[in-house]
Amino acid sequence: MTSFSMEHGLILATIIFMLGLIGLLSRKNIVFILMSVEIMLNAAGLAFVVAGSRWSQPDGQVMFIFILAMAAAEVSIALALIILLHRKFKTLDADAAHNMRG
Amino acid sequence: MLELLWMVPALPFLGYIILALFGGRMTKGISAAVGVGMLGLSALITIVIAISFIASPPEGYLFLQTLWKWVDVAGFSPAIALRLDPVSLVFIFIITFVGFLIHLYSVQYMEEEDSTWYARFFAYMNLFVGAMLMLVLADNLLLLYLGWEGVGLCSYLLIGYWYKDPANGAAARKAFIVTRVGDTAMAIGLFILVMAFRTLNIQEILRHVPLVWPVSSQAVVITALMLLGGAVGKSAQLPLQTWLPDAMAGPTPVSALIHAATMVTAGVYLIARMHVIFLQAPEVMTIVGIIGALTLIIAGFSAITQFDIKKVLAYSTISQIGYMFLALGVGAWSAAVFHFMIHAFFKALLFLGAGAVIYALHHEQNMFKMGGVKNMLPLTFWTFVIGSASLAALPLVTGGFYSKDLILYLAFTGEHGSKLLYFAGLFGALITAVYTSRMVFLTFYGHEKTHLHNRPGPVMEVPLIILAVLSTIGGFIELPGTLGHFPLFSNFIQNILPSPGSGEGHEGIGTELMLQIVAAVVAIGGVFIGYLLYYKKPETVQNFKQTPSGQSLYKFWLYGWGFDWVYDTLFVKPIDWIAQVNKSDVIDLIYTAIAWLTRGFNRMFSFTQTGRLRWYAMGIAFGAIVAITIVVFL
Repeated sequence: MTSFSMEHGLILATIIFMLGLIGLLSRKNIVFILMSVEIMLNAAGLAFVVAGSRWSQPDGQVMFIFILAMAAAEVSIALALIILLHRKFKTLDADAAHNMRG
Repeated sequence: MLELLWMVPALPFLGYIILALFGGRMTKGISAAVGVGMLGLSALITIVIAISFIASPPEGYLFLQTLWKWVDVAGFSPAIALRLDPVSLVFIFIITFVGFLIHLYSVQYMEEEDSTWYARFFAYMNLFVGAMLMLVLADNLLLLYLGWEGVGLCSYLLIGYWYKDPANGAAARKAFIVTRVGDTAMAIGLFILVMAFRTLNIQEILRHVPLVWPVSSQAVVITALMLLGGAVGKSAQLPLQTWLPDAMAGPTPVSALIHAATMVTAGVYLIARMHVIFLQAPEVMTIVGIIGALTLIIAGFSAITQFDIKKVLAYSTISQIGYMFLALGVGAWSAAVFHFMIHAFFKALLFLGAGAVIYALHHEQNMFKMGGVKNMLPLTFWTFVIGSASLAALPLVTGGFYSKDLILYLAFTGEHGSKLLYFAGLFGALITAVYTSRMVFLTFYGHEKTHLHNRPGPVMEVPLIILAVLSTIGGFIELPGTLGHFPLFSNFIQNILPSPGSGEGHEGIGTELMLQIVAAVVAIGGVFIGYLLYYKKPETVQNFKQTPSGQSLYKFWLYGWGFDWVYDTLFVKPIDWIAQVNKSDVIDLIYTAIAWLTRGFNRMFSFTQTGRLRWYAMGIAFGAIVAITIVVFL
């Protein structure tokens, strides 16, 4: 098992997280927003794995399994919402729903 | 039989509860039966108790009945306990018996009210009597204060009985607020007593006061003054007398009840009951006497000018209670209680007689619009004349003569007495005779100005007859030395209250006889003056009234010596002004500001609710950055 320093792993996780965040903030298309959220979740998962490997604990990978499970549930609900949105507004633009003021 | 004592106040309370809960659904007949019946039973029990009390007096002329412990806090544990002694026996007899007659009378007097109002009337009346009984039977001052306030509440409810007229509501509020001034003073007096003695039990306080507080010490003087304040408020004496004339807004039986049996005599009772405190403070005794003397003269002059028959009687009550205060002030405790009893008889009689006239003439209260009632209502006329004679203290045949004469005699000869108080009382007797005869001549003589509307039935006439008999023979239980010396009443009362220490020995019977002749001449002279001025030559008075000085004097007396005006300017107007200025409540501004600020923040933050998802994400990210920065760097 090649060892690498925790800093590298965390920097990689931060970069991925920032990419996800930028995508989330800049894209209008709700499908891309959802994908950006997934990227951010993966970045968080990576950080857990790196931390788990640093202290040689299994917890990091256990947490990653949890995150995956949660992401799967989230995606299924989010896709359902996207379909509803599309039916109602005939578009995938997230700002189209702004008059819900929610 | 004394064990039945608890039923005396309990029955009127029971009547109140029944009428208050079910009065709306009862017919007038049932309401009247409950209201009058409860009081009748109570009066009957009182008579039984009185007979057994007099026949076999309990030890020390004192019977205590503890019902239950009221509260028990930090060693202070007043009980609901009743105390029967000669003084409270006289009071409960008057309250239940005269109260019963007034209730009986009301059955017809109030018949025009619809059944709900009728029940409400009897409910309040029963509560009134119950509270007054509680007041006079209380064995501790806290229970007495409960009755004291209960009486105040009921007077408010009954004076404002016809509340649909705003003037009646105002009169009720005035009575409540003015007496409240006195009540506050009395409460302070009670606080001092609790602080000093750790108890409010009357017996213990009376026993400890002379031991703990030396004569004229500051504490005893202040306490006596505070109690006097309460008494002055309740008994409508100077300077808190202004509520009583306005209290005439209530139905006439209420006035009779307030003036004869309940309420206004509470002050007399309080001072007589706490006499030890007053004996320790001779200065305050003098003040009591002076208040009485001033009140009786001032109220007498006001009574001369009134045109409303009920207001004449109101001022005469103020004046007669002035006599009782004068008696208390000279230490003639039993004379004060005696005058209370006789006054209760004849004042109830006069109010009920006036009520019969008012009822017969369809709510006409102006004496100048009456006249000639003598022939319309002969029975009312004769009973009213008997009551008036007693009020004017016509010699020998009336109860009022014996009681008033006793007060004057003791004011003259008693060890606390003074010649000045005696002459004030004598002058007051003259005025009393004048306004009494004026009232009788204006109402009953002359030509008829109003026609008969209703005729009082037997339920109204029977109380008049009974009270007329009582106000005549009531005086014979206390005959002065010149008339066979038969001081039955004084002896009975002096079992519990000290004797006035009059100089029966060294003043001699000559002085007494002389004083009586003077009093008799004054009373007859007053009646004669009234006869001359208001029957024989009414134009003399009318002419004097037309002159500017006569006019202003008339106005001055008519409006009760300007007391109302003074209080209006000193208290009511400034408070009105402050209320006007402070309409938008200064203190409220703080709370308005809080509401205003909250609304501002709300408006500000509602701008951030755009509905644009990415802005929210931005907000979350920004917030996370701020939070992490704070955690990491601080």
